[in-house]
Amino acid sequence: MKTRIVGWVAFAAVTLMVLVALFVVPADLNQGDAQRIMYPHVASAWLAYLSFGVTALAGIGWLWRRDLRFDSVALAGAEIGVMFTAFAIWGGMMWGRPVWGVFWQWEDPRLTTTALLLALYVGYLLLRRLTDDPDRRATRAAIVGIVAAVDIPIVHFSVEWWRGLHQTATIGSPDKILNPAAPAQFVLTLVGMVLAFTLVWTYLMIRRYQLAQADLANEEAARVDRIMEARAVEASR
Amino acid sequence: MTALRHEARLALAIAAKDARAELRGRHALVSTLFFAAIVLLLFGFALGPDRSRLSEAAPGLLWLALVFAGILAVSRLHLLETDDGALEQLALYPVPRRTIYAGKALAGFAVMGVLGLIVLGAVAVLFGASVGESIVPLLVTLLLGIIGIAAVGTFYAGLTVRLPSREVMLPLLMLPVLAPLLLGAVKATAAALAGDPFGELGAWLQLLVAFDVVMVTAGAATYGYLLEDG
Repeated sequence: MKTRIVGWVAFAAVTLMVLVALFVVPADLNQGDAQRIMYPHVASAWLAYLSFGVTALAGIGWLWRRDLRFDSVALAGAEIGVMFTAFAIWGGMMWGRPVWGVFWQWEDPRLTTTALLLALYVGYLLLRRLTDDPDRRATRAAIVGIVAAVDIPIVHFSVEWWRGLHQTATIGSPDKILNPAAPAQFVLTLVGMVLAFTLVWTYLMIRRYQLAQADLANEEAARVDRIMEARAVEASR
Repeated sequence: MTALRHEARLALAIAAKDARAELRGRHALVSTLFFAAIVLLLFGFALGPDRSRLSEAAPGLLWLALVFAGILAVSRLHLLETDDGALEQLALYPVPRRTIYAGKALAGFAVMGVLGLIVLGAVAVLFGASVGESIVPLLVTLLLGIIGIAAVGTFYAGLTVRLPSREVMLPLLMLPVLAPLLLGAVKATAAALAGDPFGELGAWLQLLVAFDVVMVTAGAATYGYLLEDG
């Protein structure tokens, strides 16, 4: 019941923020309406990193405590993180086409980093599907999740350097160029969108966790059934 | 200190065991070498016969060939253990788990070292990279790069060796993790070949060192869990 309330609040918040971002906030002077993509795009990217951080921490939790609830959290984080990563990439491409003239800008370190993130965690999810035993699956997933999280900062720095080692860091990167007339409006909309998306994330995390726990219970029940069946066959001989 | 030396000896013993197995089944190393050579040839076909373009692409081709061949090399070092329950035996060795990881990674490093030197030579011949003048920075880059490939590869080969579809899963999991190493090694190689005109070689080598340290630590810390889950 409580989860359902979180869901409705999240839905209302996102609806409100989408309306604000589309119709209330003025368009950017340089980029026009395309700049509005920035709000969900930045929010998704933030949640992708948050999810993968949760997955890594939950992995450590499993290795430490051997409690499968940690593994359910890790699974929820990875799956939802992949979704938000894909959404962030998609938004980045849709924005890049009108503003930069190309869908894929190799010079942009964040786009490239995000693509690698997607590859890392799709691998993580595939690995999970290949193991039936819950404990083994949790251990393998935990290790891969930790190593992937450790790799993220290295990927980020290497890609950033790769673009041009001698280029001074461009703090005013393209998607941060805000309308100078009303910067507060833009910032507030972004903050609102991030909060609304985070609410959605919270709801999805809770639901995915519950689903993962239910899956585990089903697996266990099926295992017990198989054992009972085998025993019945044994007894009838 | 003596404990550390003891552990190093144990790791060396494991590596020596793998090296012996590798040398006795000589065709394995040779076939990996041929695979790397074929990859280089195909890259040449794909890019066309333009000499200047090929020598420009040479650093990238060198490392792609090494990474691809590295997948084969590290996966074989673990496949060797799946016969006759050797992996379970290995897990039962009364030594710290990180020692087993170190031994396996060392064996991978040795194989990759042989591979690396020969592929470097092949790149020099095929793509006209002027290796001679900048041999020292090139060898340092090669060393740091193959340490990273062996460290990451050993970890993921240990993870995937018992999976039903390991041939697909190993590269799928390993390649995205190796992406920063590929970037750093290619950039360092290109800088070394050009005589480091912008003084950026040191920074790329530092990136490689950082990658190696992080991945060796992560591998040594977590490899034990892989053996346990049997």
